[in-house]
Amino acid sequence: MLSSIWAIFLKDLKSELRTRYALNALLMFVVVTISMILFATAGEVISGELLSGLLWVVIFFSAMSGLSRTFVSEEDRGTVIFLQLATRPSAVYFGKLLFNLVLIFGINFFVVIAYFLTMEGFKIKSFDVFLAGLILGSLGLASASTIIAAIIAKANTKGTLYPVLSFPVLLPLLITAINMTQLSIEGAKLVETFGHLRILFSYFAVVVIASYLLFDYIWKE
Amino acid sequence: MIWKFLLGLYMAIITALAFVIPIGFIPGLGERARIIFLHVPSAWLSVIAFFVAMLYAIRYLKSKNIYEDVKSVASAEIGFLFCFVTTVTGSIWAKFNWGSFWNWDPRETSIFVLLLIYGAYFVLRSAIEVEERRATLSAVYSIIAFITVPFFIFIMPRIMPGLHPGSKGDPEGAGPVVTFKMDPNMRVLFFASLLGFILVYLWMFKLRSRVEILKIKIQNKIYQEV
Repeated sequence: MLSSIWAIFLKDLKSELRTRYALNALLMFVVVTISMILFATAGEVISGELLSGLLWVVIFFSAMSGLSRTFVSEEDRGTVIFLQLATRPSAVYFGKLLFNLVLIFGINFFVVIAYFLTMEGFKIKSFDVFLAGLILGSLGLASASTIIAAIIAKANTKGTLYPVLSFPVLLPLLITAINMTQLSIEGAKLVETFGHLRILFSYFAVVVIASYLLFDYIWKE
Repeated sequence: MIWKFLLGLYMAIITALAFVIPIGFIPGLGERARIIFLHVPSAWLSVIAFFVAMLYAIRYLKSKNIYEDVKSVASAEIGFLFCFVTTVTGSIWAKFNWGSFWNWDPRETSIFVLLLIYGAYFVLRSAIEVEERRATLSAVYSIIAFITVPFFIFIMPRIMPGLHPGSKGDPEGAGPVVTFKMDPNMRVLFFASLLGFILVYLWMFKLRSRVEILKIKIQNKIYQEV
């Protein structure tokens, strides 16, 4: 089981590194979005509260433009049947989840660095709160968007449907994560944010378990 | 047939009583608290209807019986309707109690997200043509969506300060609306109204799913005859 999860992950990673389709598009997407924010707010002093909201807007939409790729490309290339023959559905799910996790951590790393470099008002007082929110937020984001990517890969209008389906499901996570980032700007201690951390973690756990149970039905459809 | 008339009469009496029954004095709300008889049951009912939709979705995934899918959609549709009613009544009430139609109170956010989730659910259904595939994928989505609903309905309004009665920081109690120190009159009428709403829901649900199942049966018959 573990070896086939690893194999799926490596396969996706290799084919991604070969074409760099998602990666390049994503990095450009991040650059475009951030410069859009910069143009729109040129010369204005933006509060840290607003900036932490905008940070998650960038993260959400870059996730939406890249994370569906793993499933949609299988469907486009017609390789779904081979994967179905080769291994168990749960192995496919966890392999893809792992790939999406790596992808989203990579994107978020880039987003945050670009954000720090470009946004002057974005000054974080407590880094542990910021990092905890970012890591747990990315975990939850990857978990929900992986299962929804599996759903929309089977639908007719893939591109537009993805954010539409993901947004409401992701909202409890996004609201909590935005709150965490705001708290980190205000300089809250990590102990004070345990409530938020618990929400983020339980969201991740609940979504992954439900996806694991439900993935069989989507995959065999 | 007679039951429908009785139910109509019952709901009419509830509605009339909701306006005239003495409810005692409630600080901060006064007569505006009467919305509880219509707004709160419809909010609860929408969540119950979405829950039933999820149960039928699970049954569909187990049995692959298309009738279960029809029932799941019927319940989700009625839940959406009740959700809409809740949003509109709440919004009108908010204008008179808080001064504006929409304040992004945690409860308002949660009801808005419920509308978004099930709006997306119907969009997903319209985006897939093959019947079985549509049923399976929308069943999975409705399960995934419903397991995130508790985060909105039960967790967020309790940990975030808000204006809505029953949210964190409300001196009347940090729990759901029923832990209000309610007048006995009010409590009885509230639960009577809830019962009425449940009966209306059951009746609509039965009607809606029967119509859709009959449609499928007629189609199958036409195919057989051809």
